[in-house]
Parts: sequence; structure tokens; C-alpha cells
Amino acid sequence: MTRRFWVFIEQNHGEMHPVAAELLGVANCLVSEVADELKASGEEAVVEGILVGHDVDNVAKEALMYGAERIYHVDDPAFEHYLNRPYTEALTHLVEKYKPEVFLIGATTLGRDLAGAVATSIKTGLTADCTKLEMGPFRKIEKKLLLATRPAFGGNVIATIVCKDHTPQMATVRPRVFETPVRNPKAKGEIIQESFEVTPEMMAAQLVEFINDQTTNLNLEYAEVIVSGGKGLGNSKGFELIKELADELGGVVGSSRAAVDGGWIDYAHQVGQTGKHVRPKLYVACGISGAIQHKVGMQDSDYILAINTDPQAPIFEVSTLGVVGDLYEVIPEMIKQLRAQKGASA
Amino acid sequence: MIHLLVSVKQVPDTTNIRIDPETGSMIRKGVPAILNPYDAHAVASAAEWKKKLGGKLTVVTMGPPAAEEALQECIEMGADRAVLVSDRAFAGSDTLATSYVLAEAIRKIDQEDHVDMVFFGKQAIDGDTAQVGPGVAIRLGLPLVTYAVEIQDINEEEGYALIIRKTESGKEIIKTKLPAALTAEKAIADIPYAALPDLITSLKYKPEVWSAQEPVAYDVAQIGLEGSPTMVAKSGSPEAHEPAETISVEENGLAGAVETALGKMLSNTSVAALLEDQQ
Repeated sequence: MTRRFWVFIEQNHGEMHPVAAELLGVANCLVSEVADELKASGEEAVVEGILVGHDVDNVAKEALMYGAERIYHVDDPAFEHYLNRPYTEALTHLVEKYKPEVFLIGATTLGRDLAGAVATSIKTGLTADCTKLEMGPFRKIEKKLLLATRPAFGGNVIATIVCKDHTPQMATVRPRVFETPVRNPKAKGEIIQESFEVTPEMMAAQLVEFINDQTTNLNLEYAEVIVSGGKGLGNSKGFELIKELADELGGVVGSSRAAVDGGWIDYAHQVGQTGKHVRPKLYVACGISGAIQHKVGMQDSDYILAINTDPQAPIFEVSTLGVVGDLYEVIPEMIKQLRAQKGASA
Repeated sequence: MIHLLVSVKQVPDTTNIRIDPETGSMIRKGVPAILNPYDAHAVASAAEWKKKLGGKLTVVTMGPPAAEEALQECIEMGADRAVLVSDRAFAGSDTLATSYVLAEAIRKIDQEDHVDMVFFGKQAIDGDTAQVGPGVAIRLGLPLVTYAVEIQDINEEEGYALIIRKTESGKEIIKTKLPAALTAEKAIADIPYAALPDLITSLKYKPEVWSAQEPVAYDVAQIGLEGSPTMVAKSGSPEAHEPAETISVEENGLAGAVETALGKMLSNTSVAALLEDQQ
């Protein structure tokens, strides 16, 4: 028996979503965690990618470079744009055919739409928005299980979920929760074309028009520098100052949920458990108290600078450095000193 | 006559949650239960369309007897009928079991009175899984539109709806045949102030309570703990962290504090390299 660890290779119009690479990295870690079992049983374990789309062979090759050994590819013009029903049916078909042990899907808009439908259609368990995945022992069960850890109740509780009697054990993971593995352009692997018939019944919903909207396409998750504002700004105008500092640092603007709920800024900017998960090299949190739901989304950042008037603010618990002071004084001074430094070095 | 149905959930208000530091479990006592905010917007949207087209609005929920309150709130917003599926046998249901319970209840309602559209909130704020809507849709074989921000048209006569959904890179206009299912973002409709007649109706209204046997005879293997493939292996509080070093403006003066902070930040080679690239 081959133990299959599957990753859904999300692509949009021929471009692989970076979360697919991140999940391939995780799947390879999971395989290494069952090495002892493989040695004992003589079984093999493989990381395989599942690709649905039309005319996306380049994506299949890309997935091999990030650590898939094999790609199962379903190609049909009906798959050019993502739609829930035909994608769900195609994935269900492949799962029934190959019986994977683990199936990981990115918790993007597309992935969350798809994963719940696929898990229900197969009648298996699915754990959403995991922040940690490992293969480990559970009670007296012979084989290691997927231990899927995730925040619940707005991040107030961290729970580890198992799915012990059903396969595949499914999980979704948001972009940037895990690091991108090294891309190996020389990687070799197999691409297997799978046939699947799309029936008219599956096409009851169809895309009429796509309106590209760059304002929602910030790429917050993959930004190297993020300057975020929260309740401490007091009003929407405060984001002008946040933007000024972000421009100075070459970054993009983020926000806490409170600022979004207050209507000061669009949801696309929200960082946190119900917003984006980020891990920039530099994160500057301004007037953000540090509710758990925000912290879970940004604590993986390399360097966190927090500015807050309250020395007891929980944001300082996850920060690298804190400045206790009024952001309306601190930020302009910071911009002034940064500009002076640039002037001096130029 | 159009028949719209909204599946809702009563949730603990997660902004008010307290955790027992000893056990790491949630203290449910004293936590207010509310109608899941996304579901409220879904009800508001369905109520708008009911008013516009003339027809009927049914709401359904699975939950403990107290979930009646959430249904009453839906009646206030203009729902005509409310069904509470409630039984101890459902306790411990995960998203797969929950989708089974709701799908069968909706199927039953549909048999008596054909349902044209099923609405869900995009996710519930307690679990944030966003799994039940897609799960119910696939069980009922309905085309699904998630993250809906606007319903442009519901054309009962020709049997289609035009729905706008939001994705990471923009908006999609989806034309779906009816019956169909959608999951709603808050933008789909504003929560209205309750109209006086609806308010009066809701005060008198008692939701129908369905058990695990009547009127739907549920398969016990598919509900509750037994019907739930996932289980919680352990739970606890998030990791505690050591507070960061802080520099106070009050103690160091504004210019001094900022200078020290920038100095420390730029002594980190990776941050320094980042800002170098900027210049």
C-alpha cells in the first residue's frame, strides 16, 4: 500500500497560488514524520498534487518543483474558471479512485468554498484554518494520525482535532501560515492526466463576468513590510498617517478588526484570524491593543514594532520592540528621522 | 410565489469570551448568545427579496432550546416561519453531521413547500469554519455561490438568479439556476430596524421544534458524536509570550524614544537590509 499525502494545487488563470507550494512543504514534513512507520511496514509514502483546470500544464511542472512527486491533472474547458460543483465532483472522483490518507487544501476563498463541499461529498472530517499540522500518535490507534491544530472562539482557544476513522483526513491552511519550501527547478516527477466527464447538471451555476478589482488585491499576505492601524487611530483619517509611514518603509497598510468593524478601512486590509495571516519581515502595529484574534494572524512576523499608549497592551507580548507613546506624535517623528537618515546616506 | 430559506446559528458572542486559565476551556456561563452576525445579514437580504417579489421566508436552525431566541430575531426581521431542530441526540455534531441534520430538515420543508433559494452566513463566528453552507449545498445537489456580496436579480419565472461574489482578486457575477444556495458576506444587506407588525408577530411567535425522530427520522449513525468524524484531541489557551522591551516616550522624550527605537530596529540586519533596498 502506498500512503498518499495529497495537496490541492490551486491555480487562477494559469498561475499557481503560493499556498500550494506552502502545503507541498508541509506534506513533505508529514511524510518524514511517518518514516519510522514506513521502515517497519515496508510501505512507501508519497506527496502528490491534485490539479484541476484548463490548459495549465505549466502549473503542474511548477508543483513538481515545490516537492510533489506526482501530479494528477484533470483538464477540461469547463474548469477554466473555478466553480464549486464541477470541481467538487472531480475531486470526489479522484479521492474515491486513489484513497489518499491526508488531503490538504489552501484556506483561500476558493479553497474554503471547495473543501467543505468535498469533505461532505466524501463523508470525511475536515479541520479548517489549521496553524499546525503533524503526524502523531493518538490514544491506542496503531497508525499515526494527522493532528490538526487550530484556533477557535476568535483565537481564545487552541484545539487539536483528529479524524480517526475516516480518510482522507482533510485540513485547510491559510496562506502564509507555513513557509514556502525551496524551489528546485531540476525536480523530476510524473504528471498523470485523469479523465473526468463534466455533465450539464454540474454547470447549473456559471460565471458571467469577472471584475478585476485592484483595491482588494493588496497582496497583504506576501508583503515584506506591513504597517497596521487599529482602534487607537480614533478615526478613518488616521490611516493617512499609517499610509505615510508604510510608504516611507516601502510597505503596505494593514489593520485590526476593530478598525474594519468601525468602517475606517476595507476588510481587504484586515490582519488576524478572520482576516489575513501575515509573516512579513517587518510589522509595525500602531494603536492596536493586541486582541488574540489579531495576534494569531501576525505573530509569525520576523520583527514586530508596536506603538501604543498603554504599557500593558497585550500587543507588546508578541512584539520584538515596543514604544509606549501617542502614535500621533511617534509616527510623524519616526517619518522625520527616517527621512533625515535617508538624506544623510544619499 | 418565491420561497426563500435561511439557515442560521446561535453563537456565543466571541468578543466577550473568557477562558478558564486552569483548564483552558471556555467559560460559557454569562457569555451572551447572539444570532451569528453573518446569518443576520443573510436573513436581512432574504427579507428584502421576499418583500420585493412577494413570497415566503423560512428560517431553520439546529441548536439547544435556547436557540429559539435567535429564531425570534429572524421573525422580527420578517421571516414567516421558523423551525428549530433540537434534540440531545444532535449534541457533539461536527460540521459533517450538522450539514446532514440541516440538509434533511431543508429537504423536508422543500417537500411541503418548494424552496427556491437557501441562504447561509459565510461562516459562524464561533468556529469560523465556513463548512456547513457548502456541505448542505452538496448534500442537496444545489449549485453554490459563496461569499455573496450582492444579489442583482432573482428571476423566479425563468428560474435563475444573478449573484455577485467577492474573491481575493475582484468580483464575479454568477448566473445560477434555481434552486440554488448562497453564503453571505455582511455587505449583502443592511440589518433593518424591525417593523412594528413584525415585532408584534415575533413576540407571539413560537418556533416549531423538530426532534431527531419527528418529522424527520434521522439516521443515528450520522448525527451527534457518532456521526462526527472529527473529534477534539486536546484544547487549551494560546501560548503565553514574554512582554517585549518597551521604550517610553514619557521617560525618554519624543525624539529620544524614536531615535532609540529606530536604532534598535535597524540593528536587526534583516530589517536594515529591507530599508536599504528602499533607498
